[in-house]
Amino acid sequence: MAGSIDHEIALGAADDLQALPIVGKLHEWVVTVDHKRLGIMYIGGGLFFFLIAGLQAATIRLQLAVPDAGIVPPQVFNRLLTMHGTAMVFLVGMPILTGFFNYLVPLMIGARDLAFPRLNAFGFWLWFFGAFLLYFSYIAGDGLYGAGSAPDVGWFAYAPLTELPFSRGNSTDYWILSILLTSVGSTATAINIITSAFCMRCEGMTLSKMPVLVWLAVVVAFMMLVALPPLSAAQAMLLLDRLLGAHFFDTQAGGSAILWQHFFWIFGHPEVYILVIPAFAFASEIIPVFSRKVIFGYAVMVAASCAIAFISLGVWAHHMFAVGMTPAGNSFFAASTMLVGLPTGIKIFNWLGTIWGGKLRFKVPMLFSLGFLFQFLVAGLTGIMLAVAPFDWQLTDTYFVVAHFHYVLIGAIVFMIFAAIYYWFPKATGRMLNETLGKWHFWLFVIGFHLTFDTLHFAGLRGMPRRIYTYQPGRGLETLNLIASIGALVQGVAVLIFVINVLRSLRSDEPAGNDPWDAWTLEWSTTSPPPEYNFAAPPVVRSRRPLWDLKHPEDPDWRYE
Amino acid sequence: MAAAPSAIPTAAAAWRETLPRRGRMGMLALILTESAFFSIFVVAYIFYLGKSLTGPFPREVLSPPILNTICLLSSSVTIVFSIWALRAGAIRTFAIWWFITFALGLEFLTGTALEWRRLIYHEGLTIRTNLFGTTYYSLVGLHALHVTVGLLLILVVMVLTMCGYMNERHVERTDVLSWYWHFVDAVWVVVFLTVYVIGR
Repeated sequence: MAGSIDHEIALGAADDLQALPIVGKLHEWVVTVDHKRLGIMYIGGGLFFFLIAGLQAATIRLQLAVPDAGIVPPQVFNRLLTMHGTAMVFLVGMPILTGFFNYLVPLMIGARDLAFPRLNAFGFWLWFFGAFLLYFSYIAGDGLYGAGSAPDVGWFAYAPLTELPFSRGNSTDYWILSILLTSVGSTATAINIITSAFCMRCEGMTLSKMPVLVWLAVVVAFMMLVALPPLSAAQAMLLLDRLLGAHFFDTQAGGSAILWQHFFWIFGHPEVYILVIPAFAFASEIIPVFSRKVIFGYAVMVAASCAIAFISLGVWAHHMFAVGMTPAGNSFFAASTMLVGLPTGIKIFNWLGTIWGGKLRFKVPMLFSLGFLFQFLVAGLTGIMLAVAPFDWQLTDTYFVVAHFHYVLIGAIVFMIFAAIYYWFPKATGRMLNETLGKWHFWLFVIGFHLTFDTLHFAGLRGMPRRIYTYQPGRGLETLNLIASIGALVQGVAVLIFVINVLRSLRSDEPAGNDPWDAWTLEWSTTSPPPEYNFAAPPVVRSRRPLWDLKHPEDPDWRYE
Repeated sequence: MAAAPSAIPTAAAAWRETLPRRGRMGMLALILTESAFFSIFVVAYIFYLGKSLTGPFPREVLSPPILNTICLLSSSVTIVFSIWALRAGAIRTFAIWWFITFALGLEFLTGTALEWRRLIYHEGLTIRTNLFGTTYYSLVGLHALHVTVGLLLILVVMVLTMCGYMNERHVERTDVLSWYWHFVDAVWVVVFLTVYVIGR
């Protein structure tokens, strides 16, 4: 009897705890398996780390504003650039993009959740604790031996420099464990997205009627399944080396100094496409809606994405031209890299074809998408330049490379992430983001972006080496770097406006309505925010634009498809 | 409207029949990503063949584990028999074949353990001895880890069977589990060829 009374008391205490609004809410979010909540948690977590890693980038730019600025010592600079790079890829890009797919794929295919909701929650929490481990290294990186430190090995962590003799303490171990965990989490999400898209589509949605975004989500998921394991395997090997004394990357025992580079870039280059194809996916949903036209060349768009995914698995060694491969190797990887330009060009023409003759509405999502189109083109062109091996020998490890890949990562991906946030924010929260603040955000961000990264191309052409905490005065680099740092400040202001915009909108009482953009895919047919079960009755579709059919019964799409 | 299964419109049910089953799709995706993971370890093993600076070398200490291989590969056959039995509703036959599968898998794992014991205590080969030790223990160990996971899953089903929970409605899930087991066996063929045939 006493036992049952204790039990009742315990239950009562738990109920009291639940009654506290904060605890109850927190509990709800921690135990959730709802794809929408997990998606929002991914995106929120990603944006949090975006601010942290962005501040780290700002510190780097501050240090480089003038020669020998002395803001941070060299060791701290190395940690900053490592944490900035690692966080931006694994704690910002990956979670935000998987977060969007988590949120949108079930809604767009008319399903009530992903195929494996609990696996989805499992993946999120792996990511969460992986992210925690990376930043925990700031206090625990040296273990019990002394003051802590974060990893300082670069996001590429070239072995053998990351082997125990050259990288003491535990900070590199934290880096390895963190990325292993987040990668396993991403793999779980990838399995989930593929299974959902193939097995959970609503009635009538054949594969050729899936929204482009869902198609590209499937392509990205396949890339994750194939490209993340090389990274995880290499991390496991490095961990064996560091903790058990194995010799995978130990040159003293006959190990190779470049094997790690191969393994890392077999992952590393497809990773760029894992991050940019979601940007393509957002553009392929947003540009048609704001051009009031169907997407131009649906089938070609999907085929081109598959081609990009396939080719990108065979281009990795263009990161290693300076290593000294054979001429045949150099030629192969130069040619395969240029080949990616073909399907990418096809996609750009398709977006232009969608805009051409459309009735354009220059809302904030469309503005960011147009910025993406232009900047991604430039990024692609400098990419072709760097694919030419002799040109790369001249410019490898200079700021030209830094400017090139930031053009992809910010100019294309971050721009499309902002576009997607402005576009789907009303669906997820039921509130619109403010257009005026959004336009300030866009224009300041465009100006700041170009101030920083256009000038860095020229700093690179003048030979400014990357990953170094300072540069020599009198080499024509001072003005360029100062402009770049001012640009970083402008970008910071733009992001601050974005944060204010989000916070303001969350407090506003003005409802957005179910379909504020007059869009055509299934997520806009349910309420904003959608109920936990998404759709009261499972939808039935007959074309690629089910909502168009609904709004225009006199001229439905399915007559033409 | 009653919440009975018959309330589902037949058109929707017919549509659902055209889509692949979740469990199978998920398992295929898992097998794809695991294959990529294994292939990197296989590449590392082949890349480092003959690059060890000191002994012991593979030719001196490795002998092909024929009995182990026969046991593991035949467990793929017995698990198929057990699935057939389950599909036919013959729970007893299912349980017997399932137990034989478990025993064969356990034999393989024991064989690997004995081989490692011999290598460590008698040949002095550990993961830190040379590149051969490093690549050998990680590749074979990674496979053994997968066998262990498979055995644990098989054990779970075995316990459920003994408690009387298994019936032919679970054939779908059990079949998906057997796909994982087939994958583990197929990987062993690759590992065997790499380590004991090409690698010697």
